[in-house]
Amino acid sequence: MTESTLIAGSTDTTFVIAGRTLRSRLMVGTGKYRSPGEMIRALDASGAEVVTVAVRRVSLDRSHDDGVLAHLDPSRFFLLSNTAGCYTASDAIRYARLGRAAGFNEWVKLEVIGDQDTLLPDTAALLEATRTLAAEGFVVLAYTNDDLITALRLEDAGAAAVMPLASPIGSGLGLLNPYSIRTIKHRLSVPVVVDAGVGTASDACITMEQGVDGILMNTALAAADDPVRMAHAMRLAVDAGRQAHLAGRMPRREIAVPSSPSLGMLE
Amino acid sequence: MTEHAVSPDGVIPVVNGEQRAIAAGSTIGDLLRELELSPAAVVVEYNREIVRDRERLDSLVLSTGDAVEIVHFVGGG
Repeated sequence: MTESTLIAGSTDTTFVIAGRTLRSRLMVGTGKYRSPGEMIRALDASGAEVVTVAVRRVSLDRSHDDGVLAHLDPSRFFLLSNTAGCYTASDAIRYARLGRAAGFNEWVKLEVIGDQDTLLPDTAALLEATRTLAAEGFVVLAYTNDDLITALRLEDAGAAAVMPLASPIGSGLGLLNPYSIRTIKHRLSVPVVVDAGVGTASDACITMEQGVDGILMNTALAAADDPVRMAHAMRLAVDAGRQAHLAGRMPRREIAVPSSPSLGMLE
Repeated sequence: MTEHAVSPDGVIPVVNGEQRAIAAGSTIGDLLRELELSPAAVVVEYNREIVRDRERLDSLVLSTGDAVEIVHFVGGG
């Protein structure tokens, strides 16, 4: 390892949510993989510590045995239970409580969806659920849109982290509004973790370059031809984007500026 | 619960949205054993109330019409 690599890797600030220091800025989902083995290999390659899971009914006739904990060692990963699929505050609160009762931690990735086609959040219901769950002692990581005012209200409501989307869930459209994400990060005191929409490594890198604290992704890995390789690429991209942010990019200019001296040219 | 729906030898709670006959006097713990589910691997909601203390599962006797939800973690984003 070169000295510069060491320096770059050792000067990052710590990433802390609700008092817990996280060793990776990349969080990953566990859905839609082709097999449990592929999922585990992708999780390992991603270097993620926080992994999301969903609460669903057990299949009583065992027609599909889909329990994820048969494959995922809860001592190796920090499980983040989500409320995906909930369309009302009361449903999301119910799912959050069920997830907490599993007994791993108090964290919840809170989703309250408002529209089936876009899976965009119902922000009024999201705020209501955030208030209720924060008052119950949950560490609420609130999935939201890229609206600054909603993000500020979520922070006021007690969210431990705010998770604005890069683009709609599962779309892979990448970061549609860098300005909004940058502004949200600039204005909030709690960590900002971009959740949803990242499609490939360059999307992750550009997202991290906005200065956000982390990224959560699922489909970008699970739907890649080679999820394990994409997980590795995402790990590098998140690191690269983070380091580029810390390094401070050069100013943009509308005209060229030569990199070589203009003096000393031959007659 | 209404008595008329109870068969002589059993009760019919609604488990994960489906009516499921079980011997009268059965507890949720009995139901889990019948389903070959480990209590530690699932979370049970009984008539909309989460059973936080899993030791209670063996003392909650099922009646016809009771709503039991048995959930666990699956892959998700």
